[in-house]
Amino acid sequence: MIETAFTPIASLAGGALIGLAAVLLMLFQGRIAGISGIVSRLLPPEVDGETAGRLAFVAGLVLAPLVAYAAGSAWPVPQIAATIPVLVVAGLLVGFGSVWGNGCTSGHGICGLSRLSLRSLIAVATFMASAIATVFVVRHLL
Amino acid sequence: MSILVQFAVGLIFGLGLILAGMANPAKVLNFLDLAAIPAGRWDASLIFVMAGGIAVTMLGYRLAFRRERPLLAARFALPGASRPDTRLVTGAALFGIGWGLAGFCPGPALTAALTGGVPALIFLAAMLAGMALARRLAAATAVSIAPVELRRES
Repeated sequence: MIETAFTPIASLAGGALIGLAAVLLMLFQGRIAGISGIVSRLLPPEVDGETAGRLAFVAGLVLAPLVAYAAGSAWPVPQIAATIPVLVVAGLLVGFGSVWGNGCTSGHGICGLSRLSLRSLIAVATFMASAIATVFVVRHLL
Repeated sequence: MSILVQFAVGLIFGLGLILAGMANPAKVLNFLDLAAIPAGRWDASLIFVMAGGIAVTMLGYRLAFRRERPLLAARFALPGASRPDTRLVTGAALFGIGWGLAGFCPGPALTAALTGGVPALIFLAAMLAGMALARRLAAATAVSIAPVELRRES
């Protein structure tokens, strides 16, 4: 495993920024900031009047590291331990599961829980449990 | 205007993910590794991401909903209060397995597109394929993807 430092202040501030983004999207566009929902609706066959807005949102996400870097942060390189075959399987599961379950960590985890949605609470409890179980199996049993 | 707002929101969201450490799969996996608690190697940071995110969103949503309608749209498009079902649980369980395998969820997969090299792009491509597959399967089995169905737009 790759060691990481405990960063409560940065994580709290980062979480607050994510929350701010979710609030702004609701205030301006009236929409839930669910990444899987926004991204999956860019895939065919769903092309409608909101496609350009969704693309703009995704472009903002993709370009965020450049802005962080320009603002003086280190180039935020993700530390990826998984092998290529594992990444393929994981990607398929994350993509399929988030659409099938109507949301991911953002839509259910941040927006849904903030609205006290029962569906989101059940989704979050389920994916946290399966993710924790998966890490346990991979790191401690295999 | 609306396009610009959504670009800015995506940017703020991405900066939040990066600052929070959520954009780093190693940090996510070290958070999910509860068995590391006794050894003192558990990284609890992501609890603070959830706490900060939910606190701001809960308060901000409350303020936003005081308005009759959003600033740039006809109405608030909220998922209906449908009951939890098997599909929700199945989807969330599969999502969690994938999240636990690689440490990437959809937002961080996108912020890693320019920074994570080939491995990140491979994950991203597989994720998009999985999403497309789920949409096709939902359409083929005439199952509605709830937020599309229930989105209330003029």
